[in-house]
Amino acid sequence: MTTLKAFLDKQEFHQTSTRTPLGYDEADLYLKGGLLHGVLHEVFAVIGHEAAATGFAVGLAARVAANKHLLWIRQDFSAHEFGELSPTGLLELGLDPARIFLLSVANASDGLRAANDALSCTALGAVVIEIPGSPNVLDLVASRRLTLAATQKSVTAFLLRFSAQPDASTAETRWLVRAAASQTQNEDWGYPAFEVDLVRNRHGKTGHWLMEWNCDGRIFQSSTADNRIMVSAAAN
Amino acid sequence: MVIVAKVDNALRLSAVDRKATALGLTIGQPLANARAMLPALKVVAANDPADLKLLTQIADWCDYFTPLVALDGPRHRLLDVTGVSHLFGGEKPMLDLIRNSLQAQGFAARGAMAGTAVAARALARYSDGTIVDSGEEEQAMRSLPVEALNLDVTTTHALRRAGLKTVKQVASRKRSELVARLGATMLDILDEALGNTAKPISPRKPPPDYWQEQNFPEPVATEEVIQAALKSLTIALAKILERNGQGARCLEAVFFRADGVVRRITIEMGAPTRDPAIIGRLFHEKLDTLADPLDPGFGFDLIRVCAVHVERVVSEIIDLNAYENKRAEINFLIDRLATRFGTHRILVFQPYDAHIPEQAWAAVPAQHVQLSKLSWRKTRKEKDAPRRPLRLFARPQRIDFTMTQHLLWRKVQRVVVQSEGPERIAMEWWRHETPQSARDYFRVEDCEGRRYWLYQQGKLPEWFMHGIFA
Repeated sequence: MTTLKAFLDKQEFHQTSTRTPLGYDEADLYLKGGLLHGVLHEVFAVIGHEAAATGFAVGLAARVAANKHLLWIRQDFSAHEFGELSPTGLLELGLDPARIFLLSVANASDGLRAANDALSCTALGAVVIEIPGSPNVLDLVASRRLTLAATQKSVTAFLLRFSAQPDASTAETRWLVRAAASQTQNEDWGYPAFEVDLVRNRHGKTGHWLMEWNCDGRIFQSSTADNRIMVSAAAN
Repeated sequence: MVIVAKVDNALRLSAVDRKATALGLTIGQPLANARAMLPALKVVAANDPADLKLLTQIADWCDYFTPLVALDGPRHRLLDVTGVSHLFGGEKPMLDLIRNSLQAQGFAARGAMAGTAVAARALARYSDGTIVDSGEEEQAMRSLPVEALNLDVTTTHALRRAGLKTVKQVASRKRSELVARLGATMLDILDEALGNTAKPISPRKPPPDYWQEQNFPEPVATEEVIQAALKSLTIALAKILERNGQGARCLEAVFFRADGVVRRITIEMGAPTRDPAIIGRLFHEKLDTLADPLDPGFGFDLIRVCAVHVERVVSEIIDLNAYENKRAEINFLIDRLATRFGTHRILVFQPYDAHIPEQAWAAVPAQHVQLSKLSWRKTRKEKDAPRRPLRLFARPQRIDFTMTQHLLWRKVQRVVVQSEGPERIAMEWWRHETPQSARDYFRVEDCEGRRYWLYQQGKLPEWFMHGIFA
């Protein structure tokens, strides 16, 4: 493990640090310009807010992948419990469903294996792995393996976790997400809003923001309302 | 020893071994009679499914000799060996090889070779080991009893009653007489038996278009040798495909064990391929994921790689076009994932023109779709909030909702803060016999900011949760 750690540290130093800005200024500042490519990012859903976390993960992946293809790996159980990923929904968020592949796996072990294989395909912009619960197989070793796979070909990996508590991992950033109440009271609800907690950031500070996803511009933005209600999120 | 099966509510003998036959037992005899004759009889119950499995395995093994293998009743296999016998050193060596191998596997086998299927079958039964050239069938068949024609019981009985006991006698009668009394089909069979006409057999599986095989006089069991053989066969097959301008969509690797067990590994590709590296990698993936690993036993004596399904391919020039390379990389990834997890698990979204939200799209296997032909129409206006949820439940879930404050779903009370709607979606009443009533969809937000997609349907009305927005 020590040699692996040394190798990873060395990789970072030589890595071409491509970063994609999210569109939310303060967050981008903390992220040293934007979300780093070719590493592992984690998105945890606050219990009961799985759809919001999915939306946030979709936004991050869409920013990083740009016009390239995206592979979404998810367990069958996740689809039954939390709903299927809907292409019409993705279209409404500004993505092109034709650029998305869905891999349906039976368990987390298969999912991780597929992710490690897919991260070697440079034609992909991002790989998202959706895992419900806390399976044993998703441990520090698995996390390091994902990070290593992502680093080698510079394909970004996103781990979307439901009903799980964050623990030790080698993720570059870790976000805790819940839905945010709509700011407007009229018929038009506006863009999807998220209350996000950046609880881990390897290259910067942590922070807490209210972000909106601009479906037309495919970019995050600060809430369009005047008064921001900061509700403290469930801390890790 | 005998095997018994229940026939018309009575236990009868369905098979007897040599010793039993010698002692006077016959097929069809009631078990009670048999037991009366031989009190110390060993009886085994019939097991049709197991029998069928074994017979299919034997047919599989016959693939070794020729891909044109037909099942002909529970006792017979027909192999069309036209043009193949030279590979086995000639007709007699080939026939002997088949008979001896089957006997080595523990079966009592009889075989014969002739120009037509009917003649071959008859000779196999009554004249084990004969090889008859095309045109000589009549000569060989003459002395055989009429049972050799394998006609149905009534017809055979009729022939016997008419005093025709051998094929020679039947052949000597006038054709018009035979047709009048016994039908035209019988005459066809007779013609085939005598070698006057020949019908092709209907093989179990269509033979593959292209294949390459390697024979091992000393059966191989080591991993490296097997992998090396697979690699060289793939390369050779790829060359043939290239010469013919074809690419494979489905490939099969067949491993024949010296003791008769046959193992088949299949891989499928989304786009026609003939790149040996890609094919090799996919076979490797498949072998890796086998639930039941490839067991060479005492060794494989034949390994064959077949292109089961091919398509035309334009010549693959090394493309400097980045787009094509990306496309190829994606296709390879899809194929790898499909091979490892199953074709039905790696999916793409395909749009359909339907009102019903859950039918407006489907997730279909990526390998079966022309990826470049997918296109989605944008329906949202600028600055609008999304009108369709990100996560959709395949089966909408019943909820408790009154248009007021509270929403009860999955046993949790949620306080409703805002709602918007209705959006009426008709359930395509023009398509179904008993149409569902229309659904009125609402977007509902609770105090925590979660946005639900609900609908009410029916007279009562009933409320359902269909999806959740981001």
